[in-house]
Amino acid sequence: MPSHAMDRAFTCAIWSAAVLVTSAFLWLLGDLVWHGMAHLSWSFLVSEPMNAGRSGGIAPILVSTLLILAVALAAAVPLGLGAAAWLAEYTRRDGALGQAVRLSLDVLAGVPSIIFGLFGNVFFSVFLGLGFSMLSGGLTLACMILPIFIRTCEAGLSAVSDDWRHGAAALGMTRAAALWHILLPAAASAIVAGLMLGIGRATAETAALIFTSGYVDRMPESLSDSGRALAVHIYDLSMNVTGGDGAAYASALVLIVLIVAINTGALALSDRWWTRRIATS
Amino acid sequence: MIWSKPSSLSRWHDDRWLAPPLALLAAVAALILLLVLAFLLSEAWPVVNGDGWWRFFSNEGWYPLEGRFGLLPMLWASLAAAFGAVLLAAPLGLAGAIFTRFYAPPFIVKPFRIVLALLAGIPSVVYGLWGLTVLVPLIARWQPPGASLFTAILILALMILPTVALTSASALNSVPRSLLHGAAALGLIRTGIVLGVAVPAARGAILGGILLATARALGETMAVLMVAGNVVQNPTGLFEPVRVLTANIALEMSYATGVHRAGLFASGLMLTLLVLALAWLAARIVRRTHYA
Repeated sequence: MPSHAMDRAFTCAIWSAAVLVTSAFLWLLGDLVWHGMAHLSWSFLVSEPMNAGRSGGIAPILVSTLLILAVALAAAVPLGLGAAAWLAEYTRRDGALGQAVRLSLDVLAGVPSIIFGLFGNVFFSVFLGLGFSMLSGGLTLACMILPIFIRTCEAGLSAVSDDWRHGAAALGMTRAAALWHILLPAAASAIVAGLMLGIGRATAETAALIFTSGYVDRMPESLSDSGRALAVHIYDLSMNVTGGDGAAYASALVLIVLIVAINTGALALSDRWWTRRIATS
Repeated sequence: MIWSKPSSLSRWHDDRWLAPPLALLAAVAALILLLVLAFLLSEAWPVVNGDGWWRFFSNEGWYPLEGRFGLLPMLWASLAAAFGAVLLAAPLGLAGAIFTRFYAPPFIVKPFRIVLALLAGIPSVVYGLWGLTVLVPLIARWQPPGASLFTAILILALMILPTVALTSASALNSVPRSLLHGAAALGLIRTGIVLGVAVPAARGAILGGILLATARALGETMAVLMVAGNVVQNPTGLFEPVRVLTANIALEMSYATGVHRAGLFASGLMLTLLVLALAWLAARIVRRTHYA
């Protein structure tokens, strides 16, 4: 029965591919946890790096990472929500202007991150005179996460049933009120999904930050200071510092836990906030 | 709480006051792309304007300080690394997608999807760290020096595999059930249904996903930089160290000035156009797909 032999061989191949992928993942994760936990401790999280990061901790780097992320979100979220609301609610779906904006965003989403680094260096650091600072880094990241955030939010808004818009109009609500009180809360899950995609990309980014927010690993005093992000720290430790592997693995573990924690937190927070608002208003 | 005055029935209803500011925000978002391209071009202008684009291909070797801008070895290295990674990741990713859709027992589907999602979410610098400290020494024992095109291909393949698997899975999911039922009713065995009906029906979207993954591999910087060895030379063997275009920018930007810096921006512009062309092709192929 040749066809049954073929069936069995194909089943075998599919299963072994799945096993291969899973074991590669477990190998990577195992190494991360194993080497990371060996170097990780409470004092690692709360002390300053010493000896180029070989010993000491990552406290200023954690602070810089969160500040850069905060700048990126503070710029990208209002801009992104506004643009998405315009695309979904204030222009015709097939209008020429809207299509041009969508095309521009889709193309921007494909631009490699190192190119954003070059752009951020020229535009924010040099042209706008922000220098090597967390402000330039955060704004560069904002440009990077904007396209995917806008398109996810737009898809969420477009998916809200027109019945809700008609209902709001029938109650005499203005379009702005309907947008704020009904459409945005209804699209909350998509907005949060876009936010999490953006946070994930921004926190993981290295190439766009090397030439914008820089390498300085002291505790930042203001947003116009240079600050080293966690991902840049990992890169520097493993490439430029011999004997920094232990600290690099511990930082990598912290970075991954941070990404997972922020995502989970955003999800839980938004669930509570949006449900309360849509229930009381 | 609801500021519905003046209502939409009143004569001077200011219902659209929000439209202009929102349109402005959308315009700002859309202008970022133009800004990026304009600033890249203006920084690259000193090199492009001189002998033109051709010098990137005709010059021998990359010695920017002597005015020699031969990018070809790095371009070949970029293409070889991306192509090799896709060669590995495409069949594995497609197999993973077929696994979740047709073969996996229900209780495995969800954990396997989580594995793929986590693989997609791991920062590229962490892949680089792992490749540098685990894969490079391992390969060096077998084929020194270890940091090579081969290692770059392995790491890149692992990084783009989730992209291929997730896009293929969603493509396979949108194949109409009636097609699969029809195939089953005709007495096709499972292999026949998968390879003869489901995959051909979804081939456009699968190919689009693979092209997107190729674009990602070409644009990746940190992971390749950390494991590829970074010697500027034509990739002649799998185990030779190479330097890709993105890594070159990251390595030299910190000290480049003048014409050297302009050369880096020009190579960045070229890389961007290459990646965007691939993404455009991917979008075209996906849009033309019909499930019928």
